Amino acid sequence: MANMAQAIRMALHYGEKHLDVKDVFGQDVGPPMGGVFTATQGLDTAWNTPLDERGIVGAAMGIAMTGDICVAEIQFCDYIFNTIDLLKIAGNTNWVTNGNATLPMVLMTPVGAGIRGSVYHSHSFDAWASRLPGWKVVMPSNPLDAYGLLIAAIKDPNPVMFLKPKALLRVRGQELLPGEPENEKELKAMIDAPVGDRSQWKAKWPELKDHNVPIGKAKITRSGSAATIVTYGRHVLMCNDVADDLKKNQGIDLEVIDLRSIYPYDWSCIKQSVSKTGRVLFVNEDTEVTNFAEHLSYRVTHELFYELMARPRVLAGKNLPGIGLHANLEEASVPQVSDIKSEVLNLLKEVP
Amino acid sequence: MAVQAQSKVRGSKSKTKSGSSGLALPKQVLIKIHDLMLKSRVLEERMIKIYKVGEAYFWIGGPGEEAFGVPLGLLANKGKGVQHDWLHLHYRCSSTLVAMGMDFLTPLRLIMNKATDECTGGRNFSNHYSFPEWNVAPVTSPIGVQYSIAIGTARAQQRSKGKGITIVTGGDAGSAEGDFASSLIWASRRGSELPMLITVQNNKWGISTHFDEQHGENHVSDRGQPFNMRTTVINGNDPIESYIRLEEEMAYIRKTGKPVVLESTVSRLFGHSSASGANPIDEIDCLSDFQTLLLKKDILTEKNIKDLQSGYEKEAKAAQDQVRTEMTPQASSIWDNYFVGNETGNWREF
Ligand SMILES: Cc1ncc(C[n+]2csc(CCOP(=O)(O)OP(=O)(O)O)c2C)c(N)n1
Repeated sequence: MANMAQAIRMALHYGEKHLDVKDVFGQDVGPPMGGVFTATQGLDTAWNTPLDERGIVGAAMGIAMTGDICVAEIQFCDYIFNTIDLLKIAGNTNWVTNGNATLPMVLMTPVGAGIRGSVYHSHSFDAWASRLPGWKVVMPSNPLDAYGLLIAAIKDPNPVMFLKPKALLRVRGQELLPGEPENEKELKAMIDAPVGDRSQWKAKWPELKDHNVPIGKAKITRSGSAATIVTYGRHVLMCNDVADDLKKNQGIDLEVIDLRSIYPYDWSCIKQSVSKTGRVLFVNEDTEVTNFAEHLSYRVTHELFYELMARPRVLAGKNLPGIGLHANLEEASVPQVSDIKSEVLNLLKEVP
Repeated sequence: MAVQAQSKVRGSKSKTKSGSSGLALPKQVLIKIHDLMLKSRVLEERMIKIYKVGEAYFWIGGPGEEAFGVPLGLLANKGKGVQHDWLHLHYRCSSTLVAMGMDFLTPLRLIMNKATDECTGGRNFSNHYSFPEWNVAPVTSPIGVQYSIAIGTARAQQRSKGKGITIVTGGDAGSAEGDFASSLIWASRRGSELPMLITVQNNKWGISTHFDEQHGENHVSDRGQPFNMRTTVINGNDPIESYIRLEEEMAYIRKTGKPVVLESTVSRLFGHSSASGANPIDEIDCLSDFQTLLLKKDILTEKNIKDLQSGYEKEAKAAQDQVRTEMTPQASSIWDNYFVGNETGNWREF
């Protein structure tokens, strides 16, 4: 089974072969490295840019203005902040020109903690991205969704931000991508660049097929009726673990929603689930003050108030200037499995 | 930090070109420079070992920059306040700080993320120092920002009309960030020039991307020319040339108050960081080249070098053994120093 980095690579290959992607670019994105997480190895259209994030975002916008399709990368979202005014412009271009100028571009960037990345390789960007109106924002939690969401992002005529949960990039999926060879070793031999001299190496791509994960559609990864957890990215795996644990050990059935798209988001999925369970916990790792989950929690409170059995809760990253490197610090800064579990138990205990 | 006496070597200027060494610097200066280069290399190699045995999560550092870094640290006017030099260093700066008197415990506490890490409290990567007592600005991970921040310390120094200058170091690839352009523009305004030594350590790489793929200019330092700035390229693998040229350029800045852009060629001897394996790379090794020269000139013997090396290795190992026993940071410390004076930033306590 492909890992998420391989799935992203295959989606980009599908893009350059079938969807007219002409440029995949960013720092160390081209040969020999093919991206710091190897997600762009072997692509015909991948190239290395100068170490200049504003140049990268600006170039993507310009390429998109000509109508060409491109996928740009910011090496870590921690380094995206000096582009924020360009991101604002990319988001408002269609609106401010009243539909005259569109920017069909994809911007990928790895996000989140979980790999002991220290202060500057642990930032999240989902809450920030949700404050960039005009962008679509997606974040997969498994390789197949990464493949389908990236293809959907490439096809979308709007600027789409594709957030890569960096702690999941090496995690393998449980479902094959359409066209992916069944044998993991065979896939590796075909599309992973060799260690050592790569100057003569070329990827041998499998015959990949289209796969669409519609932007704006969530997925229920555990169904249940006791309470709803709404999450995305690497926290989907943690929330699934909590659901499995509580089911097995305490007979509690949790419903877990993998939002997949942060904006636009799947309100009908959330609404249906919370109407059923009456209890909801939102989990993500961006900082908690003005967190995107606070918007969802507000909406739930406002629109489903009389169906709630407990106050909605948000479990997110502590409102800190950064995430410290030592494990004690990182674990105290962003939600861990044990935090999710105790928050769920509190939610279940509450009597209306 | 157990601040050691600054390893300053004075009086070299009058003796350049002669001295008892037969080289362009006096013998005792050469011996001191070698001592510090070796000490710094031993420190970096110890840090790499610490990473490799799993006692640190990550290593990034500066083996290969000692021939430039040590002279820079020796020549800096160390101290606190605008009358002294301000240093805005990148993450390959260990040799500069060793030359300024940094001991082994400080960098090891940092890389091993101990509560005793005085630079970051166990929060940041290796070689991300900050020493307010020495005007050493915090080393940051975001590439290039030090070139903008340096404008401010230089401005304060200019206003004070003292002899303190602002020194900034960084990589070649990072000069593509707008901050580098900002430093050129701000340092060179007519009549408002800033006392800045703007340096670039050119190792020809930005992670995996070669210089040629990122630049059109021949030398990064050429970019100072249209701003009427003095610019220079030096062989940063040669500690003698580095020492002499840095001394000259710093004297010019102190005298005129005007900026200089200085590019030095250096090596990246263990690759970019632990992310690329931290294994030795076949590039010019400034330390072994310098040792060859000092042996040839009978300034040092093989035994001198061996004894020195094993002494520093013992010291570094002992520092590691000590640091290993020190406290790890507590979870509750995440809120420490959120605001100045430990005023709380945790909204649960408002
Ligand atoms: C703003 C920013 N973008 C990207 C990175 C990731 N990154 C870390 S080091 C590096 C290359 C730096 O190359 P150079 O400036 O030449 O310095 P060197 O490491 O070679 O000394 C990159 C891209 C970063 N730290 N900061």
